[in-house]
Amino acid sequence: MSVATLDRPQVAAPKPQVEDKLTIFAWSGELDKIWPTLILATTGAAMGKETTVFFTFWGLFPLVKNDVRITGENWMQKMLSMMNRGGDEHLKLSKMNFVGAGPAMMGHLAKEHHVASPHELMEAAKELGVHLIPCQMTMDLMGLKKEDLIDGLEEPAGATKALADAQGGMTLFI
Amino acid sequence: MSVAVVMKLDLKGLSCPLPIIKTAKAMKSIYPGEYIEVFATDPGSVPDFKAWAQSTGNSLVESDVQDGVFHFVLRKKEA
Repeated sequence: MSVATLDRPQVAAPKPQVEDKLTIFAWSGELDKIWPTLILATTGAAMGKETTVFFTFWGLFPLVKNDVRITGENWMQKMLSMMNRGGDEHLKLSKMNFVGAGPAMMGHLAKEHHVASPHELMEAAKELGVHLIPCQMTMDLMGLKKEDLIDGLEEPAGATKALADAQGGMTLFI
Repeated sequence: MSVAVVMKLDLKGLSCPLPIIKTAKAMKSIYPGEYIEVFATDPGSVPDFKAWAQSTGNSLVESDVQDGVFHFVLRKKEA
């Protein structure tokens, strides 16, 4: 056995895994999840990492244009958009939402402490070249069309593209 | 400072992650070997600038505090 091993042609050692990539799966649409997602994405890009955010399921709604109100083709999709307004300026807190009073107070505190809002961070992410990819399947399921979503996104893609982008890098699921 | 600082950034009052994002953007506009000077008030920027320099390969040549203002000097890495 050991002789056979010695006779084997020498194969170059695999490249050490360099964590120069960051992929975030943004699954949640709430303010307290999208905010850290965008903070980490912009910071990753600022650190020189090839950064991708794959927006799926509830995470897709923050990508809806702020002035788009009702989306979808059928009554179920329309109802969904009524109950769950999209846009990065209409995000809800997962706790202490208090019918919007929570996020309003949070926004006020953020301004006071000069913390960039999710909307500002979304713009910064585009400027820094973060790949913002909406999930095609969720778009179909939820009835969201490309024209409902903000500009500056990459082509909608599927799980394979998301996993291929994530390969060999740092991956977060938020 | 005897080194040639080509850009000064006043990032006082800004919170994470803006000091790093603005610094990273500014670093793109200067040449390798040039220096940038940053003033910030976010206490988190002290470990953040250190980590940013380490992970990007740029050098943090000065990091101190004066009257509650954090002061950093960074040198852009050679291409």
